[in-house]
Amino acid sequence: MSLITISDTSLMRFAQLTRSVAAVSSRRLFATSAARATSQTSVNRMASVQQQQQQQQQQLQTDESKANEGHISFKNAYRDDSKFGKRPIYLDMQATTPVDPRVLDKMLPFFTGLYGNPHSSTHAYGWETDKEIEKARKNVADVINADPREIIFTSGATECNNTALKGVARFYGKRKPHIITTQTEHKCVLDSCRHLQDEGFEVTYLPVDTDGLIDLELLEKSIRKDTCLVSVMAVNNEIGVEQPIEEIGRICRKHKVFFHTDCAQAYGKIPIDVNKMNIDLMSISSHKVYGPMGIGALYVRRRPRVRLEPLINGGGQERGLRSGTLAPPLVCGFGEAARLVREEYDADHEHIVKLSNKLSDSLLSIPYTQFNGSKEHHFPGCVNISFSYVEGESLLMALKDVALSSGSACTSASLEPSYVLHALGADDALAHSSIRFGIGRFTTEAEIDYVINAIKERVQFLRDLSPLYEMVQQGIDLSTIQWAGH
Amino acid sequence: MPASRQQVLRLYRNVLRASHEFEYYNFREYFLRKARRDFRAFKGEDNTEAYNDGLKQLGILRRQSMISQMYPFDKLVVERLDERHHEIGAALDASTSHN
Repeated sequence: MSLITISDTSLMRFAQLTRSVAAVSSRRLFATSAARATSQTSVNRMASVQQQQQQQQQQLQTDESKANEGHISFKNAYRDDSKFGKRPIYLDMQATTPVDPRVLDKMLPFFTGLYGNPHSSTHAYGWETDKEIEKARKNVADVINADPREIIFTSGATECNNTALKGVARFYGKRKPHIITTQTEHKCVLDSCRHLQDEGFEVTYLPVDTDGLIDLELLEKSIRKDTCLVSVMAVNNEIGVEQPIEEIGRICRKHKVFFHTDCAQAYGKIPIDVNKMNIDLMSISSHKVYGPMGIGALYVRRRPRVRLEPLINGGGQERGLRSGTLAPPLVCGFGEAARLVREEYDADHEHIVKLSNKLSDSLLSIPYTQFNGSKEHHFPGCVNISFSYVEGESLLMALKDVALSSGSACTSASLEPSYVLHALGADDALAHSSIRFGIGRFTTEAEIDYVINAIKERVQFLRDLSPLYEMVQQGIDLSTIQWAGH
Repeated sequence: MPASRQQVLRLYRNVLRASHEFEYYNFREYFLRKARRDFRAFKGEDNTEAYNDGLKQLGILRRQSMISQMYPFDKLVVERLDERHHEIGAALDASTSHN
């Protein structure tokens, strides 16, 4: 095997675990074998093949798989699983939220009778839909204390971010070709910036400290005479850190630079006032606030006026900034969702804080765990915790009964570690072992209790498999180990 | 005209029943929690507006719980398969003893 300077016992165990697989990176190897051990189907499939081949060994084989089952089954310890359902608990509220039934109730009439085109101004079908759209627009604007005329409906926060960044940059770019953003932004902001760089714009990516917050002095120093836009997200999607939006807004206003903020995760969840916070442009998403997917809104300030070059040209709907027929069911669903987040704000907030505290307190009581991001400037509905000596992906595999994510949904297909945690100064191992818990309006206390229990058990299980963890227990400093080349 | 105590109780019972009809665990638990919370705050002098709003909410809950039943999913891992409507009675008892 490829490890040296490890105690004999752990080497033996490690070799037993990884019998058939050739030399791969030892960490990755350990992770995959642990995940495989939890997969019931592979054990069963193996058993059935051997059953056909060797009838005599049948009894032996089932005995072995039974023994395996006893070893890797987590649930039976404290309850009878046959009396419970099978569908996983949903704890990934940063990716998306379920549509509130009250929102669906608002949307359904648009699929049954209210089918007029809201832009048809010549007949009653158009008028009635248009009236509903304007009501929704007001509801969306009220959450952030904006004027309804400042709300532009788009297809979602990604389109908002693209419109805001590219629109402002292209309109003012001839005189002001400089943009400031941060390293922890969402991918769609970073990617838009990359495209603008290709077009000849200059982009400054501000670093963040270990808490995930940007340095306001550095921001002020970075603003130049030719800066046209500052874009900072209000609540981070991976670690839930709240940036000091009000201070950033003040600095931007002082230097007469437009301030865009990506509020997909913040809208309706933390108090936002566009006038008090001097926000010029703001991206909002509907499906993060229990509304339907496929709709979002861009706030564009009217006074002092922010001018944009539209991405989509056409019939001149939405003040000419986003042409195309609006989708009344989605818009009105979004409006209802916005009304509900305002109405239920106190109750939801209280509920989320209670569950979030319970979850983070219990999980941080496990040894070698770490809370990622600032604890004070933090949205409680997003808890990001690292479990050292456990591979995040293998923990997710072991947690089939809980829907969780190790980071943004956009990057969860790739196994690369989170760039947000990297920006915070976390090393690869820590970034790999982090898990994000999203708590929302519909999360219950029973679910949180279940998740705490499940995580505690399975972190312990995976660590018991890990030779690294055993070495840590023996007091060996992992950084002093010399690894043989593979 | 403010709603009578009896009317409020009947509304409460109906809201609890409709909330219970939700097939989907998280919605069911949420609306039950919300009902308990809202009806605790129902004691004001003039509750006409709250009562009328409650009637509207009841309509929404009845429609949506029915839709929820039309598209059922597996039960969640925290849900007992043999769960019954045991909570309505208990909740009502609790509310009447409070008043």
